[in-house]
Amino acid sequence: MSAYVLCHAGLKVLMLEAGRNYDPVLETPMFQTPTDAPLRGTSTPDKHFGFFDATVNGGWTVPGEPYMVKREGDGAWQEASDWKAHETNQNFMWWRPRMLGGRTNHWGRIALRMGPYDFKPKSRDGLGLDWPFEYSELEPWYDKTEALIGVFGSNEGLENTPDSLHNSLQPAPRARGYELLTQKHCKPLGIPVIPSHLAILTKPLNNRAACFYATDCGRGCSIKANFQSTTVLLPPAVATGNLDIITDAMAREVIVDKMGRAKGVLYIDKETGKEERVTAKVVLLAASGIESARILLNSKSALFPDGLANGSGKVGRYLMDTVGSDLTGHIPALENCPPHNEDGASGMHMYMPWWAYKEQLAGKLGFARGYHIEFGGGRRAPGMGVNLPNSKTYGKALKEDARRYYGATIGFAGRGEMIPNDDCYAELDPNKKDKWGIPVLRFHWKWSDHEKLQAVHMQKTFKDIIEAMGGKVNGKPELDPEKAIMAGGTIIHEVGTTCMGDNAKTSVLNQWGQAWEVKNLFVTDGGPFVSNADKNPTLSIMALAMRNCTHLAEEMKKGNI
Amino acid sequence: MNITPLTRREALKRVIAVTATLAALDISSFGAAGARGIGTDPNLLKKEIPWPLVLTDAEKRATTALADVIIPADEHGPAASKVGVTEFLDEWVSAPYEQQEGDRKTIQSGLAWLDGESTKRFTKVFAEITSEQQTSLLDDIVNDGTDANKKGFNFFRLFRDRAAGGYYSTPEGWEAIGYVGNKPMAEFPGPPPEVLKHLGLA
Repeated sequence: MSAYVLCHAGLKVLMLEAGRNYDPVLETPMFQTPTDAPLRGTSTPDKHFGFFDATVNGGWTVPGEPYMVKREGDGAWQEASDWKAHETNQNFMWWRPRMLGGRTNHWGRIALRMGPYDFKPKSRDGLGLDWPFEYSELEPWYDKTEALIGVFGSNEGLENTPDSLHNSLQPAPRARGYELLTQKHCKPLGIPVIPSHLAILTKPLNNRAACFYATDCGRGCSIKANFQSTTVLLPPAVATGNLDIITDAMAREVIVDKMGRAKGVLYIDKETGKEERVTAKVVLLAASGIESARILLNSKSALFPDGLANGSGKVGRYLMDTVGSDLTGHIPALENCPPHNEDGASGMHMYMPWWAYKEQLAGKLGFARGYHIEFGGGRRAPGMGVNLPNSKTYGKALKEDARRYYGATIGFAGRGEMIPNDDCYAELDPNKKDKWGIPVLRFHWKWSDHEKLQAVHMQKTFKDIIEAMGGKVNGKPELDPEKAIMAGGTIIHEVGTTCMGDNAKTSVLNQWGQAWEVKNLFVTDGGPFVSNADKNPTLSIMALAMRNCTHLAEEMKKGNI
Repeated sequence: MNITPLTRREALKRVIAVTATLAALDISSFGAAGARGIGTDPNLLKKEIPWPLVLTDAEKRATTALADVIIPADEHGPAASKVGVTEFLDEWVSAPYEQQEGDRKTIQSGLAWLDGESTKRFTKVFAEITSEQQTSLLDDIVNDGTDANKKGFNFFRLFRDRAAGGYYSTPEGWEAIGYVGNKPMAEFPGPPPEVLKHLGLA
């Protein structure tokens, strides 16, 4: 998004990409079935989200590029090695691809706006940090971002769940059968079930085709119907003639001049292993929240012995992820459903926004922030996991069971707000380096009771919904606060580590994403976030980048930078 | 910050260090049996199985027979072996990954046990006995408390679940289970009237 905005403003941009070049139009497996993949496309230590997932050269681990974690009951730092998020006992999991467009190639496409409460959480309940501006400041940028990338959804007028008031949304697709059934049974529970907002076209836009309601978005999309930066933002940015991209360029540090101004970037050319230096008037980091902090911490010099832009000591601090907890249930009403096509737009057509703001503010829930529910099920393309509840059946009885139980499971996933705290941060490991010779990060992590109790509330809510639908929970709800919550990082919504603020002593960046200490240094990924609302962060990252890069371009034209 | 370019000697030293690290990584990505996995950047448009297949002909015959008893032909679709489940299970148990290596031990020792048990009872291996005999042996395995249940049930269940996964992930298996998607459509129609009726939403 940053390159798109700056190039269109007439500025020359050089982009350094740590991964390889990647073209979804040529590389995306569309319509391929599991028989077209090794092991029917199942997850392996090489491809953690399955063979067809768009992620290149990465996942929960990146070969040769470790990060350091602690494991439950073990105080020693060790290299992260787990690749199954649900089974890990690491204190933190960090998902990284090494490809042009990064995680926008495979993301869930859930594009929710943060609401008015989410920008001023401390003012509302006294906890965490406030953003240096209000929702109304970012609202027009949400409008522009939605209109540019293409987001479907609806306006429901719900509390802290903003409507898109300027026709920036595309129409939402019709709900699936199990989604309507869930909606019906959530109504008496007071839980709203409304159309989700996904960055997928339901109408053509800017020479991009509308979704044809088949194949999984996580593979990428060769017809460009969903949003990924490699199909939607980079081609028009390149077409301006203002963008150059160097791939396989692993940024190590920002280099500075004698005056302490950013002068350029030192990177490792992965093809040759050589150090290379490029210079620029302005350096902008958008390497993903944590990776940008790593670059700053590694940018040590006589002028900046603790890393660049780190006079506040806040680089790497206030690391946040999303609270995650999930549960599945068996719904007899969905058994033996007549076959019909439920693929739809890959992701969920409906979701549940947080509904208990008033009870929460009144202190009735025991935790301070809310969550939304993502849910999925239905008659998706079967892979290796066949639902056969009776372990003894075989023969014709097995084939009858397979038809009967197919599509009768619904999974509920809570996605909740985490409050930033002093115990969750990343710092440089004093010893460990990656294969490029660059010091790596180690992660400190501790959930507060607000997150743990929120996860227990999720479990109880899922049980209530499943039972209201006449179903039965698979296993049982996890009511132990220590166990109900998934490990930090596993929801892949890590933000913070280069926080914005209105005070140079307590924050890394000002409200424009500009480093307090280095006027020509900017950060435009999730790092500037100072809260992590339950809303999935990608849309807000893009809206903020669009706003701040527009400001940067104007300041450069005025000669202020 | 010193931005003098690297000397040639320094640069070469670094290149050599990086190359050495890469070589070490390549070796570590080989499995215990010397087999290589798919790697972290495979061509997603082309199926390639880089590891050698391990099942013997006798094991493949037993696999085919057992898979077809578990998933026979019926009005919804063909038997397991007709859609490549034998070849798939060979591919699966041969893979150089921890889960598949564990499955290989269970399945290879289980197939040997099955043929032994079949020979003990019927003087022929599992693939050569009648379907009534095959069914009687399987009924014994799934019947709690029998000797065959104690020795063979874990194998049966794992084999069954992998065979079912291999079967229902094929286009024929999709038809057999009632999956009718993966087809482009201009509009998403939502659930048809008979589905709404089935769900009590009509």
